[in-house]
Amino acid sequence: MSDAPIVQMTGITKDFTGVRALDGVDFTLRRGEIHAVMGENGAGKSTLIKVLTGVHDPDAGRILLDGEPVRFHSPGQAQAGGISTVYQEVNLTDNLSVAENLLAGREPRLGPFINFRAMRRKAKALLDEIGIDLNVAAPLSSYSIAMQQLVAIARAIDIDAKVLILDEPTSSLDRDEVAVLMRVMRSLAERGTAMVFISHFLDQVYEICDRMTVLRNGTLIGEWAVSELPESELIGHMLGREVQTLGALEHRAARHRPDDDVLVSARGLGRKGSVSPFDLDIRPGEVVGLAGLLGSGRTETARLIAGADRADSGALEFRGERLRGHNPRTASARGIGFCPENRKTEGLVGDLTVAENMILAMQAARGWARTVPPARRDALVAEFIEKLDIRPADPDLPVKNLSGGNQQKVLLARWMLIEPRLLILDEPTRGIDVGAKADIQRLVNELSEDGMAVLFISAELEEVTRLSDRIAVLRDRELIDILHQESDMTTDRIVETIVEKGGDK
Amino acid sequence: MNAYLKRLIWPLAVLVTLIVVNIAQTGFDFIVPSVHDGRLGGAFVNILRNSVPLLLIALGMTLVIATKGIDLSVGAVYAIGAAIACQWIIDRDQSAFGTILTAVILALLVAAVIGAWNGAMVAYFGVQPIVATLILMIAGRGIAQLITGGQIPSVSDSTPFVELGRGAIATIPVPIVIGVLVFAVLALLTRTTALGMLLEAVGGNPAASRLAGIRSKGITILAYLVCGFCAGLAGLIGAANLGSADANNGGLWIELDAILAVVIGGTALIGGRFFLLGTVIGVAIIETLNVTIINVGLSSQWQFTAKAIVVFVVAVLQSPEFRAWLLKPFRRPDGGEPAPEPADDKEALAK
Repeated sequence: MSDAPIVQMTGITKDFTGVRALDGVDFTLRRGEIHAVMGENGAGKSTLIKVLTGVHDPDAGRILLDGEPVRFHSPGQAQAGGISTVYQEVNLTDNLSVAENLLAGREPRLGPFINFRAMRRKAKALLDEIGIDLNVAAPLSSYSIAMQQLVAIARAIDIDAKVLILDEPTSSLDRDEVAVLMRVMRSLAERGTAMVFISHFLDQVYEICDRMTVLRNGTLIGEWAVSELPESELIGHMLGREVQTLGALEHRAARHRPDDDVLVSARGLGRKGSVSPFDLDIRPGEVVGLAGLLGSGRTETARLIAGADRADSGALEFRGERLRGHNPRTASARGIGFCPENRKTEGLVGDLTVAENMILAMQAARGWARTVPPARRDALVAEFIEKLDIRPADPDLPVKNLSGGNQQKVLLARWMLIEPRLLILDEPTRGIDVGAKADIQRLVNELSEDGMAVLFISAELEEVTRLSDRIAVLRDRELIDILHQESDMTTDRIVETIVEKGGDK
Repeated sequence: MNAYLKRLIWPLAVLVTLIVVNIAQTGFDFIVPSVHDGRLGGAFVNILRNSVPLLLIALGMTLVIATKGIDLSVGAVYAIGAAIACQWIIDRDQSAFGTILTAVILALLVAAVIGAWNGAMVAYFGVQPIVATLILMIAGRGIAQLITGGQIPSVSDSTPFVELGRGAIATIPVPIVIGVLVFAVLALLTRTTALGMLLEAVGGNPAASRLAGIRSKGITILAYLVCGFCAGLAGLIGAANLGSADANNGGLWIELDAILAVVIGGTALIGGRFFLLGTVIGVAIIETLNVTIINVGLSSQWQFTAKAIVVFVVAVLQSPEFRAWLLKPFRRPDGGEPAPEPADDKEALAK
């Protein structure tokens, strides 16, 4: 690792119609280092990256690339300058083949035609280099999001990047895939590529990064070598307040006695190709966690109970009544709220305002003719903006302008507004910052104490064990066990269950 | 409300420019209404009066586009509405008020049913809107010909039916009254109830709307039904004005002008946010333009080219990227001019 900075940003300031997103931020990236940019959502991480990659023009400040002042006006210019980005959402064309995606715009030619054979060979070599094995002729859509992410990285690497920006690349990857990614990152660092790594997984940051820059509310807090900054201090810097550590929410099964009557009961509920028939009871005031690896059927289970997908076997009972024609509308009418995994594509309507998104479920239940009275609506919206600490606290802002954590809170508020009996949360804390995560966990706790049933899904086992009264463990699209002993509420126990039960077959 | 005004400012500027050009060419008579035979006249009032059929269709189209759809069949529905009314009237006592009323109700009913059919194709069978409505765009004129038996039915000039197009209420031409009424009803219907918001939710993100429990099928059908109804009403006014129904040429290409008006008015074709007032301005621009071409002394062959140029100007003015580029030379070196908003529609499109 040499000390010569490849990127030096000084005094970067950026305003968005009155909101200062970045205020005089400095950022230095050295050759061959992996540098984490840390901060809560809305701290300015994304804006800083977007200024560097030419998506936004800074209002003030200088950017030096290799000692030369530069200013990129589009991501294309930045890429030509040697700065490549891999985003959280895969930016590829999934109806094209893997090879076409890898080499789009740089296809090997044969006269005026594309040399498909050479293209496949080159693509294969590229993927081999980072140690993944795919059929490069297959359409990209036939692979999991995780694999698509790796393809996006392979593509970015091949564009001969001096600087590679990885914006939440691991949020949809499982453990093995993260390991592959990290191996690739290390080998790139050895070759001298500088990397900016953005992730909410602190353990990954500590494992892979050399240095970190911490931002809060658009200002620079400082830059540290990873070894100099223990995790607790880092969280303190990010939150800027005395951290109510996540651990403070001690496990609650002991002091919490769920009522005995069953709210929702699934018997042999299943859907072909999505999840095998399973039995599951959920009681009022109970938090049921769903744990399992990516693709184990967690989301599919939740969607069946939420009515988002139609079951093709078994039965679902709600307060003893067998549900027929269960769909999101009837579910909502009975008080089942569902926050889907992908809040952008299935949760929020980006163009509508914060207030409109919040009121949507309540209004849908009333039908279009019976408008929620404006005064009541404004009061409810104001109440929940305050209660959930949604920032900026402007009900008339289009929801797409909010950061991930705040969007998630808007979605939660939508369902809390109708005071549901069962709230289904699919990865509510994915890709959001520590502060918002703690807020949401606290909320789940409070809601269940008030008698609401919660079905909680998270890829972070620790989070599931901390919050849940019972944990349904899934593997290979099958519900394999339901852990209910207090002593079973540990990450190790879940992993054991997944490994053991999987071995039976 | 502020966001709405911002959205409307550029189309409004273009409209005002067109009016100013006309006043410069023909004097203030262009804009000041005069009274003849107890009804308002004058160049601008005539423009408004003639623009009503397009206005009605464009308003309906706005709702359909808000749901991420499009209705190509409105021109054909216009012809069907006109054909049904005229054919019904010439076969019966032309001066009887009952006949006229039945004819009007029948025509509107059929138009609404056609609209609902389009909506059902889209909502229940998942047919792409452009395909679903293309069917009736082609077949509709055939149906209109079958109704008229291939003739052009002409009603007598003495029938009260023609008052729909030619008459006046308290000096105000009937078509203008109808246009204002329909606009007011639609604006109230969508903005004082939750219909507007639900339409925007369904068009903005269908998957999220479904999971939020919105009856999106019903909402979609309603939008197409209103659009069909408006097209039928437009056909009635057109037929009343002419005194006849031409199955082949009545409302020909009006669907394209309507889509244009909606887009000029600031409603994006990708669905979501819609602006009824913007559509009104869009219609006024298109209709004023036709007159302007004559008034500035260009031959009528210029009509299409001039329209294209004005549409180009409006489209470009609405683009924040273009405005930023245009203002760049005037920008102070250190960011005096704020850059385009972070999440503008263009960006949403790009995603």
